[in-house]
Amino acid sequence: MNEKLEPALRLQGIVKTFPGVRALDGVDFEVMPGEVHALLGENGAGKSTLMKVLAGMYQPDEGQIIIGGQPVRMTTPIEAKAQGVVLIHQELSLVPEMSAAENIYLGELPLKSFGRVDWKTLFDRSNAILERLNCNFRGEVTVVNLSIANQQMVEIARALTVDARVAVFDEPTASLTDAEKVVLFEIINDLKARGVGIVYISHRMDEIFTLSDRITVLRDGSYRGTLTTAETNEDEVTRLMIGRSLDLSRDAATPTLGETVLEVRNLTCAPLFKDISFSVRAGEVVGFYGLVGAGRTEIAETLFGLRSADSGEILIDGAQVRIGSPPDAIALGISLVPENRKEQGLVLSMNCRDNMTLPQVQNLTNGPFVSSGAENAIFDKYRDKLEIKTPSWRQTVRVLSGGNQQKIVIGKWLSMQPRVLIVDEPTRGIDVGSKSEIHMLLRALAAQGYAVIVISSEMPEVLRVSDRIVAMYSGRIMREFTAELVTEDSLVQAISGIQVNEVA
Amino acid sequence: MSNLTDITPLRWLMRNPIWGFVLLVFIFFSLMSDHFFDYRNFQNILVQTSTIGLIALGMTLVMINGNIDLSVGATLALAAAFAVDVQSWAMFATWGNWQILPAVCLALLVGLLMGAINGFIVWKTGVDAFIVTLGAMLGIRGLVFVYTGESSFYAMNFAYSDFSALSIGPLPVLAVIFLLCTLIVHLVLSRTVHGRNTYAVGGNREAAVNAAIRVGPHMMINFMIIGFLAALSGVLLSTQMGAATPNLGRDYELWVITAVVLGGTKLTGGKGDIIGTLGGVLAIGILRNGMNLMQVPAFYVYVILGSILIAVLFLDKRFNRTADGGLRL
Repeated sequence: MNEKLEPALRLQGIVKTFPGVRALDGVDFEVMPGEVHALLGENGAGKSTLMKVLAGMYQPDEGQIIIGGQPVRMTTPIEAKAQGVVLIHQELSLVPEMSAAENIYLGELPLKSFGRVDWKTLFDRSNAILERLNCNFRGEVTVVNLSIANQQMVEIARALTVDARVAVFDEPTASLTDAEKVVLFEIINDLKARGVGIVYISHRMDEIFTLSDRITVLRDGSYRGTLTTAETNEDEVTRLMIGRSLDLSRDAATPTLGETVLEVRNLTCAPLFKDISFSVRAGEVVGFYGLVGAGRTEIAETLFGLRSADSGEILIDGAQVRIGSPPDAIALGISLVPENRKEQGLVLSMNCRDNMTLPQVQNLTNGPFVSSGAENAIFDKYRDKLEIKTPSWRQTVRVLSGGNQQKIVIGKWLSMQPRVLIVDEPTRGIDVGSKSEIHMLLRALAAQGYAVIVISSEMPEVLRVSDRIVAMYSGRIMREFTAELVTEDSLVQAISGIQVNEVA
Repeated sequence: MSNLTDITPLRWLMRNPIWGFVLLVFIFFSLMSDHFFDYRNFQNILVQTSTIGLIALGMTLVMINGNIDLSVGATLALAAAFAVDVQSWAMFATWGNWQILPAVCLALLVGLLMGAINGFIVWKTGVDAFIVTLGAMLGIRGLVFVYTGESSFYAMNFAYSDFSALSIGPLPVLAVIFLLCTLIVHLVLSRTVHGRNTYAVGGNREAAVNAAIRVGPHMMINFMIIGFLAALSGVLLSTQMGAATPNLGRDYELWVITAVVLGGTKLTGGKGDIIGTLGGVLAIGILRNGMNLMQVPAFYVYVILGSILIAVLFLDKRFNRTADGGLRL
């Protein structure tokens, strides 16, 4: 091909400032028709801002947006969509009580006279799109009844109502299971084959390397370079992103394991999980790996007293215990760092110190009042221990980065002096640099004698931090692996429900 | 708070805009009216403010919790009716002035009980506090009419109505009670475990549950506090009037919520403080008093107050909008 292809979309020297911050500083970016162009950067690197500029939600202060060779100005998302730029949001922005079809055409419902909705056209068109996406549901269903993955499909379907030139996927796999990801990747490849330019934003390196043709990296709001995926590797990309190499090796030195701290026997809570038995020793990290919905989080919630089991035993130090509520669990030395830190772990409007001391503040009193000194002592101790970066304890946690927020939650539970620390999805939504920091922290905590349970849906994470891995499928434990013997293949088989006849 | 060192007066005002507003209306009425800047008038304002102010203290706790209590006006009326009626019961006829004591105690107890019922229902059923207390507002008001037989009670013991005229040093006793309660609730909210939990429960209920805070009982305590304060407010109001009418406290819930919201407390919970609420009730008190002195007809006062409420919240949204929040509509 000698003819030079015109990019589907080109951004030139985009500058966007907010009061006090230069969020984007002369960013160049282009995507060719039929290309998957990954956009990478740590949290706060400016990816979201760039996307909002693209989608017409923000106006750039300087620079040009060129679509199909024509410079354009877009002031609203609807205008951007009319130009063929569609955005698939990371967080689902659907109206749960409306039908899938209404959501797909939200804001631009087909109309008949007197502003009445043309329902027939609406459902016909929506069903055509849903069929193209191989969805097994129809436009008439109410969104609230759909699974998260199917809701994501509705979100994608929304982008296909126009003839898209450029589709932007912002962390589309964050809430998808592995099987659903495969479907999504097929859709992306299908769009690509039709000549749509795809912008793909993700933290997950494996996805980026399977899907993308080129990778552009942003750091601190500025352009760091574009690489051709076939000619680069994870290390180079990471170096561009965080300015240094990552140490991905596992802490090989097996720590000296202590006594069994927690043992679970035949724990059942139908229909969530069944016949769960495992044990954790002091100084050990046990990883729970499985698909979303395999029952891992529910086991954690049961151990923390948020759910009650139908049958089975929980033993702490060999003695049977009953855990009826979180205070019981805390008294027994069990702490849970929940799956969703913003919704379950933190009071975002409170400051760092108050968040950290929340579960034990009733013990930090001086007369009738809370003792500020005792609280500060705890905060200082765990800020130093976990290297939490915050200007002061008075900082509202809302403004901290994801990694530091997660450390506040971990610090909160460490300060309760637990013996068993359960960490559910410790690095969800956290950028690559902080991720490895959290991983090292978990290893270090085990080395200090905590019994640690890590629940994760990311295979590299489980492989990296765990001494033993429990693979779950549909509420059951399929297999248990030691770190030395686990392979990616066997792990994938186990969590997909494939029984392996172990040869003795 | 221990961070007074790095806070300049100007910054403090930026964070508590209502006090800037209080200052503004104070200066405005001092210049516009001959009778406003007067020691006796200040006493008046404090006494007038105390009724709504006491309830606003409790409402601040309940609203930071992410709840609301619409039944306070009715609770106030019920407590006032008890306070005035019980002292004339035959069984206390020989008690002299001591007959006031069981009457007031019973009235306060009724307030606590109403709050406890509200809180208990919210805790156990999980029904939204707005709905529960809306029901309570209608129900309790109904009880007041049943109890009073649609007529007013008058206090036969004059010691009761003389109480409101007492002063402690330069301050009327009603103002002293209000300021004392303000101080106590302020300390509870800012310095105690209960106060800390109030913010946590309102800021993120799920995180509070995970942190082993017993959210249900916690919310019930705050409903009991507001019930008690509404009853206290009812007792004090009935001493001022020497009577209790069945329509006492109508619309008070709206005044109280207005004051609390003006003071910076969020309807969604998690944010607010007593200093702001005090500013809010003083702003309303000064406005009503000042406009009254300038002989603005009463109904204009409503129009002006309504406009001010919306304007203040609009400005607050403009200036205190967080970087990421706030949709352009």
